[in-house]
Amino acid sequence: MEAVNIVIDGKNIKARKGSTILEAALENGIDIPHLCYHQHLTSAGVCRMCGVKVKIGDRWLNKTGHAPNTMHVSACTTEVGEGMEIVSDDEELNRSRKLILEFLLAQHKHDCMVCESNGVCELQKYIYQFGIDPKNLRFPGPEYTETVDESSEVIIRDANKCICCGRCVRACHEVSVQKVLNFYGRGGVDDSLPKIGIIAGFDQPLGETDCASCGACIQVCPTGALTEKLSRFQGRSWEFKKVQTTCPYCGVGCQLELSIKDGKLVKASAVEDGPDNQGNICVKGRFGLDYVHHKDRLTTPLIKRNGKFEEATWDQALDLVSSKFRDIKEKYGSDALAGLSSAKCSNEENYLFQKLIRTCFGTNNVDHCARLCHASTVAGLARAFGSGAMTNSIRDFENADVVLITGSNTTEGHPVIGAHLKHLVTCNGLKLIVVDPREIELVKYADIWLRQKNGTDVAWINGMMNVIINEGLYDKEFVESRVEDFDKLENMVAKYTPQKVASITGIPAEKLVAAARLYAKAESGSIIFAMGITQHTTGTDNVLSLANLAMLTGNLGREGTGVNPLRGQSNVQGACDMGALPNVYPGYQKVDDARTREKFQKAWSAELPSQPGLTVVEIMNAAGKGDVKGLYIMGENPMLSDPNLNHVEQAIKNLDFLVVQDVFLTETAQMADVVLPGATSFEKDGTFTNTGRRVQRFRKAVPLAGDSKEDWDILCNLSRKMGHAIDCSSPAGVMEEIASLTPSYGGVHYDRLDGDGLQWPCPTRDHPGTPYLHKDKFARPNGKGLMTAIEYRPPAELPDKEYPMVLSTGRLLQHFHTGSLSRRSMALDRIVKEGYLELNPTDAARLQVADSGWLKVSSRRGDIQVKAKVTDRVAEGSVFLPFHFAEAAANRLTNDALDPVAKIPEFKVSAVKVEKA
Amino acid sequence: MEGVMTSRSGVLESLRAEGVKSISPDCSKITVGMATCGIAQGARGIFAAIEEEVAASKLDIAVESTACIGFCQVEPIVEVYLPGKSRTLYQQMTPDKSRELVAATARGEVKKEWALCTVEGTAEGIPAMKEIPFYKKQLKVVTRNCGFISPRSIAEYIARDGYLALSKALGMKSDEVIDEMSHSGLRGRGGAGFPTGKKWSFARNAPGDQKYVICNGDEGDPGAYMDRAVMEGDPFAVLEGLTIAAYAIGSSQGFLYTREEYPLAREMMDNAIESAKKYGLLGKNILGSGFDFDVRITKGAGSFVCGEETALIASIEGKLPNPLPRPPYPAISGLFGKPTVINNVETLATVPQIIRNGADWFSSMGTESTKGTKIFSLVGKINNNGLVEVPMGISLREIVFDIGGGIPKGRKFKAVQSGGPSGGLIPEECLDTPVDYEHLEALGAIMGSGGMIVADDKTCMVDMTKFFFDFLNYESCGKCAPCREGIRQAHDILEDICSGEGKEEDLETLGELAHTVKDFSLCALGGTAPNSLLTTLRYFKDEYYAHIKDKRCPAGVCKKLITYHVDPEKCSGCRVCIKVCPQGAISGELKKVHLIDQEKCIKCGACLEACKLDAIIVE
Repeated sequence: MEAVNIVIDGKNIKARKGSTILEAALENGIDIPHLCYHQHLTSAGVCRMCGVKVKIGDRWLNKTGHAPNTMHVSACTTEVGEGMEIVSDDEELNRSRKLILEFLLAQHKHDCMVCESNGVCELQKYIYQFGIDPKNLRFPGPEYTETVDESSEVIIRDANKCICCGRCVRACHEVSVQKVLNFYGRGGVDDSLPKIGIIAGFDQPLGETDCASCGACIQVCPTGALTEKLSRFQGRSWEFKKVQTTCPYCGVGCQLELSIKDGKLVKASAVEDGPDNQGNICVKGRFGLDYVHHKDRLTTPLIKRNGKFEEATWDQALDLVSSKFRDIKEKYGSDALAGLSSAKCSNEENYLFQKLIRTCFGTNNVDHCARLCHASTVAGLARAFGSGAMTNSIRDFENADVVLITGSNTTEGHPVIGAHLKHLVTCNGLKLIVVDPREIELVKYADIWLRQKNGTDVAWINGMMNVIINEGLYDKEFVESRVEDFDKLENMVAKYTPQKVASITGIPAEKLVAAARLYAKAESGSIIFAMGITQHTTGTDNVLSLANLAMLTGNLGREGTGVNPLRGQSNVQGACDMGALPNVYPGYQKVDDARTREKFQKAWSAELPSQPGLTVVEIMNAAGKGDVKGLYIMGENPMLSDPNLNHVEQAIKNLDFLVVQDVFLTETAQMADVVLPGATSFEKDGTFTNTGRRVQRFRKAVPLAGDSKEDWDILCNLSRKMGHAIDCSSPAGVMEEIASLTPSYGGVHYDRLDGDGLQWPCPTRDHPGTPYLHKDKFARPNGKGLMTAIEYRPPAELPDKEYPMVLSTGRLLQHFHTGSLSRRSMALDRIVKEGYLELNPTDAARLQVADSGWLKVSSRRGDIQVKAKVTDRVAEGSVFLPFHFAEAAANRLTNDALDPVAKIPEFKVSAVKVEKA
Repeated sequence: MEGVMTSRSGVLESLRAEGVKSISPDCSKITVGMATCGIAQGARGIFAAIEEEVAASKLDIAVESTACIGFCQVEPIVEVYLPGKSRTLYQQMTPDKSRELVAATARGEVKKEWALCTVEGTAEGIPAMKEIPFYKKQLKVVTRNCGFISPRSIAEYIARDGYLALSKALGMKSDEVIDEMSHSGLRGRGGAGFPTGKKWSFARNAPGDQKYVICNGDEGDPGAYMDRAVMEGDPFAVLEGLTIAAYAIGSSQGFLYTREEYPLAREMMDNAIESAKKYGLLGKNILGSGFDFDVRITKGAGSFVCGEETALIASIEGKLPNPLPRPPYPAISGLFGKPTVINNVETLATVPQIIRNGADWFSSMGTESTKGTKIFSLVGKINNNGLVEVPMGISLREIVFDIGGGIPKGRKFKAVQSGGPSGGLIPEECLDTPVDYEHLEALGAIMGSGGMIVADDKTCMVDMTKFFFDFLNYESCGKCAPCREGIRQAHDILEDICSGEGKEEDLETLGELAHTVKDFSLCALGGTAPNSLLTTLRYFKDEYYAHIKDKRCPAGVCKKLITYHVDPEKCSGCRVCIKVCPQGAISGELKKVHLIDQEKCIKCGACLEACKLDAIIVE
């Protein structure tokens, strides 16, 4: 840290260079009063409470430079300078601060008795600290006539309590970048001009604006002007037990602070110094956690008898489960059994699950839904770089000059990363290239938007490389020293001229050229992608192509670069890391490598199968054919998440025995023979590994629901009943075992996880973790990156006469995966109740259907009915359907054609027919 | 290089010849003062009458318009030029008088009885400009062309040495231009008085390819119109100054920000920009020097705070015009985050003269700390309303009494408000103070942009302070707490005092409040807002006490504290007051003493104005 020497109130301080006086003070334990300052917002200097006197040499610093008066500088906006002497605490300053507080109090409705901010209100804190007696107020307040705005499902705005500090406006512009809140009017009170205040939208009720309900405004409001609606009267600040945990939804791994009262989760806020969320969370993280106490929670084991579930004891249930699985194993062999692990469960539980399947079941038939989202990422990046994860860190995009983002609707799928990108574009000058068939929100922030036809990704990526090579924009030194097979790539992409690419992808040649130049010329260029790239029969090819592009331009192994897949679920990275995959043990150690297998046999005291097992879709296919007879599913819902659901349904019905362990009776659980009630992440301890390879704790905050058990506990109990006991006393103990067997987790121990967690690879106890991969060499055995020449192949199913439109599926901001959690959140359900089909206005006109009109959508595999949402977001001839909604299940329509390498299905391109219902 | 110089002087020389001819043609010429002040007094009708008369009689007389020559009190002003004889100003003209004047001009005669003074040559019985009290102590530097040339004519501007400065500057290194400015001692005329050369050198040395210059024409003080007059009267000088500033700091794009309420000024500036472009004095490769510079006009939407630099920048950027904390200063990070110089109109209009005549010439005028001259708009209870340009260091008394001609109706001087609503009220005992930044500040006032409002003994100091707080309350952007809330609370307390509801402790609260608003506000609006309050508390505390303790308004202004009575000694019973009273509050028979019904009286003062016998008493 470069230091600047300053003196505050006689105390010598080495301040961080570039910090403000206020930051320097706060970092050194001096609390200069402040109301409008917030650590994650630009300083506005508007409350003026932090006014200080500053002297440099003999000269007093003041704002006009030549001292017409004694106007003090605000500590929050003034950068520290060498030799500054600062007076922050004297009688004169404090007298004025007191007066400012009196001004603010006069305008503030202080109904502290019932105010949700009582106890955490910063105005209240200073009013008390400065000893302002409400009995002796010198300034009369106004009539509190502002209507309280309760139009939002989650936020209450009470302008009578607003002190116009503008933190919410800045949060809305800088943190969530929704730009819904704004200042309005000015200081004067006059009939012709409104008094200054903060408005939503065009002075509309908040609920009628584009508000994303993220609650960033609540997080920063110093008073009770912005409060939560649903937790109102559920507890006061000092009654809460605070527990820090990791958000259970997407893969960003936001750190949450839970407020618990009487064993009940009342509300959540963002941890200000959460390493990857930095004080931000989305609507799901803040308002979508109440499913934990939902009445539908499974609270006791269930056994299906005569087609009906009956409550059972744990012994009854586990006895039945173990005996049935043992029977099948004895009768049909180990490979007639299979298990689906869970990207929503902890690392420890995934570890235990795959260990159970491999030791007790004796099969490698273990997989989980990563197969359906990023199997091609793992396969592709492992081939190109030797490691199949995000190369850089989540906050590392701030070091990039250009970000190319493709196949990721980031602001909905990974809202906190999406907001950060919007922030970087609007506040930091980041250049953004978006390649997406849909006009997603980020397109508004993009310098260049390439709208490719669905499933033509290899072509445009090859086209960009064609331009980059032809124009000599590639990183010759990097290519020479760190990469193999450049010549093959060079030869192959030569024919992908921008004109040819235009004919395949529909991207105008000049736009492709511009994008190629922008990315290639960046000092640091980063690539972000998600399922728009991976969920194709060419998923692995797509990922390899992006890897080629990054290697070609030398955008790897440095800050602000990389190839960065965004993983979809809280622990989908961890579930892969833990070996809940048919071909690898924890840490991607191959099951068909004899020495590795020996290591695990020894550690687990069991014979282990030597051949890789079946993947998710293969398991379903095998079940359909009768090859797999017994299936154990932990925390997954293939009856919504898998492609071609009608086929999945047939397969599951064909099973002899199905066990589902979950927290709700999901669509899949309803088909089970035995249902085991597991625990949510709020009811147990464990770790998740986020998309940035960061292993973070989640913590038990509330008691278990009814007779339910922690999933790790269930697994241990079942293993005992299966005759191969896996002993574990705690998740922390399991992590010790993981560390001992998994090189990349070798240094991960619970006692090291309380701060910012650890980013793998972290091989040893004293290793600090790895913010970005492939610094000097790649993780492949010879240390070189591998370029792969890849030809474009069209998607498996293209529109034709009968099914003339292209369907793509994906996520909404407010819901998650199969909706089993998010649709049981009161707030999220109120905000978005039902699914819809996005349909271009031209197509809507042709079908003579209006917004919200009913449609029938059919494919070769099934049909559904759903309401129309007429929007330009989708191109003519294309439709989009979110997959969260069982009543309009997108996967009744999707194609289960697989990528040959990664076995990922082609969710993103299906041919469908759309009719008026 | 020589070729470039030749082409430069070529353009200027031919325009100069044209301008000389147009200022002093071979025929007679009548020029009407048609700035906003003249138009408001009926100059358009006069211009029409003169044109009509000249056309009807087919006279060989040129008819022209010019802008404000400063003496607004005697508008409409008409100038008559008789070749080889004189150039004479006529005051308070009417269309009828103008027709007669045309006839006299045709005869080559002057009309002594309507004349104000001669500007050039002599005429018997008419004093020269330098001899009449209003102009005697003035020193026209910035306003040297205002009222003397046609503001639409680039040729006339050049004829009076216009664009010599730019031509000279383009032959200098930009550093030399800045050095010249620094040596001149010119300080910003917008209010804060920051040294102009220093500001330019900050922007020049700030890193960045793109830099901007902005002319701040957002003159918002009530009663102040110096900048308007300069833009209307000498727009090319402003533009030339802006161009020199751009050259000095290395900017290729300038902005001119004017108030929405200044359409004529905008028209003149617009015309100036177009003319300058036409002759290669603006745009690409100015005067063949390789220097490119363009200017765009931005119109404000009616907010006082936009005169503040950072708010003005936000306004140009299309953002909410709220000031930003400084640093960073605009010279380092201003418009669109680029180094930006903002100078006010008067400052920029001074620049060409400094370059042309040299820094030493400029710094020979004024005081030790404040060089040059300053334009003040002298308004309020004063005999000679108008714009006056005086050398720095002149005393307030000279401005008010010698130039301004003292207080009308034989009333007593009470105070002069220097610096507009943000300024302070200066009492009689301080009138001998020399005018410069430091002395005015020591009195608790400011130079500001040059507004001077004179108050007589019938002006209530508490009420006047309340007026300023009313204005500032309305104009505070509301962003920062001390300004937004402090001004509002001060206003409410002042209103209480004026209503007779003041308490003694209010004075202490007001004092504390004023200091907090001054010391803690974000920008200069709040930082100077309490000046009127602080100075009236300092110099006129008695008036506050009278309102609070005795429930009395000594000036007889605060309606809730006064009553109107009829003086039975003086009342002749003429019924005039009865006729004008809008409330029917006065009764009485002809030739008998009248009576005011206190229940009905709204203290509008109509009777007071109407009574010729001073029989209405205010208590």
